[in-house]
Amino acid sequence: MGWFLIPFDNLLCMVLGISFTVGFSSLLVIVVPAVLGVSIGIRRLYMKSLLKVFEWATVRMERGAKEKNQHLYKPYSNGIIAKELSSLEQEIQELRASGTTLSSEPEFEMADIMYFCRRGVESIVDDEVTKRFSAQELESWNLLTRSNFNARHISLRLSVLWGLGLFIRYGFLLPLRVTLAASGIGLLVVLTTIVGFIPSGWLRTYLSEKIHLMSYRICVRSLTAIITYHNSENKPKNGGICVANHTTPIDVIILANDGCYSMVGQIHGGLIGVVQRAMVKSSPHIWFERSEVKDRHLVAERLSNHVADKTKHPILIFPEGTCINNTSVMMFKKGSFEIGCTFYPVAIKYDPRFGDAFWNSSKFGMVNYLLRMMSSWAIVCSVWYLPPMSREEGEDAVQFANRVKAAIATQGGLVDLLWDGGLKRGKVKNTFKEEQQKLYSKVLVGDQEDQGEDRPQEDEEEEEGDQNEDRPLEDYTPRPLEDCSLRLQEEEEERGSETPMKDQ
Amino acid sequence: MGSRASSLLREEEIEEIKKETGFSHSQITRLYSRFTSLDKGENGTLGREDFQRIPELAINPLGDRIINAFFPEGEDQVNFRGFMRTLAHFRPIEDNEKNKDPTASEPLNSRINKLLFAFQLYDLDRDDKISRDELLQVLRMMVLRMMVGVNISDEQLGSIADRTIQEADQNGDNSISFNEFIKVLEKVDVEQKMSIRFLH
Repeated sequence: MGWFLIPFDNLLCMVLGISFTVGFSSLLVIVVPAVLGVSIGIRRLYMKSLLKVFEWATVRMERGAKEKNQHLYKPYSNGIIAKELSSLEQEIQELRASGTTLSSEPEFEMADIMYFCRRGVESIVDDEVTKRFSAQELESWNLLTRSNFNARHISLRLSVLWGLGLFIRYGFLLPLRVTLAASGIGLLVVLTTIVGFIPSGWLRTYLSEKIHLMSYRICVRSLTAIITYHNSENKPKNGGICVANHTTPIDVIILANDGCYSMVGQIHGGLIGVVQRAMVKSSPHIWFERSEVKDRHLVAERLSNHVADKTKHPILIFPEGTCINNTSVMMFKKGSFEIGCTFYPVAIKYDPRFGDAFWNSSKFGMVNYLLRMMSSWAIVCSVWYLPPMSREEGEDAVQFANRVKAAIATQGGLVDLLWDGGLKRGKVKNTFKEEQQKLYSKVLVGDQEDQGEDRPQEDEEEEEGDQNEDRPLEDYTPRPLEDCSLRLQEEEEERGSETPMKDQ
Repeated sequence: MGSRASSLLREEEIEEIKKETGFSHSQITRLYSRFTSLDKGENGTLGREDFQRIPELAINPLGDRIINAFFPEGEDQVNFRGFMRTLAHFRPIEDNEKNKDPTASEPLNSRINKLLFAFQLYDLDRDDKISRDELLQVLRMMVLRMMVGVNISDEQLGSIADRTIQEADQNGDNSISFNEFIKVLEKVDVEQKMSIRFLH
């Protein structure tokens, strides 16, 4: 019985041998430059070849669709509908002109409901907020099942290509990346703990910086992240706060790859907690206990103390408070903008063609998400460092936050929204509905005075209302400042959303 | 979740919906994608909470009534056909449709059907009459009453309702029937006000 196992034995040995050799050499080729801080350019070459393959795939699919005389499903880059841009006042005035005339008392037309009705149905068909919480749709297929809409048009050749892609991604890239990630994190923990024993001083800071940078470089390679940094002369300096738009926990790795930051966030248990505790031994990060997170004054105090000390690294903050899908920037929470120091805005824009980086925490847990990231082709993004900004005279925290947000949105080519990212989970506040009712009441009574004190002129913003400092964030757990990489608590909340939420 | 967009909607269904509603093939596919993205439970139907999750709809004073219009009598879930049927009311009226065969059934987006949609926003109990109470209810939904500077009391709303019914009522039953409603709105450009520009 044993005689026919021998060739298999040999075959098995050979296969194992080859895979180990290939794996090990790839690891070397990747890790050594990471440690030394140089780049060979393999990833960019990889990216260019992938792009060519995707284009070819799309062309074939279009050809296939044309043969069958059908349309290729192209997601709406221009929108499903063209929305009317007139305001409530304008529309109602038009109705007054065309409808039956009444006396000078409050005028009401039965047709008034048509305005609200149409706006309501428009928002059912296409609204600005809900589409920000799911992954962006792509124009062309990138050989990943997860982003495929035109399953009917795939020819045999394309299927073969897809199968090959699947094998490469799961059989070769994924194990490689997981090994890299594990070694990166492992190195970080071990080395920072060791450096923690060195007494505070020049040597310790220097070593700690080098270690952090090196580990992040390895992590970046473990995701095959191809990052382009623009305007590095504006890189955040010590004693400032760096604010960026938030798409995924990986944002942290992407920014920390290029400079040293102090992270802010809640201490977690488990593996992440271990990493956090190790990191803080060698350089001053700001971790909070669960109980301290809700205490705004304590948080603000610790942040202020940190920025006052010019030897400490800039703080990294994501003021949106939650992950948005990288097509827009949502409301910045004003808490961090009350601190008086220089702010360094950073815009991060991902290229979704190689793998969508957005973390949809209601759909995927952290582990699932990381697996998806590591089995995509690559993560390609651009980082723009914007010129530093500070709060001006007479500008309050909210206005300043909006100014910074607008700058980031313009640079990154993202839509600037006033809506709160917390709407991902929570309900919208009734105050916004009251704004609408207020508007209509004024028209009814024939109030021709200037519109409300703090109302901006554009139509979009009329409906969204503005944040008012006196309104507490009652509909969802207040999260003054957060580092999304420590988002395990989101996962817990997701699981706990079916059962009553325990007070955190 | 867009990846199921085209695959779950069969060609025959698309053709049927096209005939019934007049939307084009690509419009139907796009609206199906929107339908599935609203359908968080992924069971092929939408419930009221799926609509209420849209912030812009939640702040609309008539939001609840509009959501109601999507659900047929007594039901709690709406499928894609029902969704499209309701949306079809908001398709703009095209010129070539005006000269259709008079014996063919009224298209969903005709002026009459648009007016019927608006009428049913008022007429909650579906008894084909807008009573004073129903009118008052809608007025209350649209107006902010307890606000400094804009004083609209319940009495004022009551008198607005009375006046409106007086103007419109022709047969003296103190409520507005559908025909009376049509008469009141005959000068209003319903085609434009109740239409949404769908892109191709």
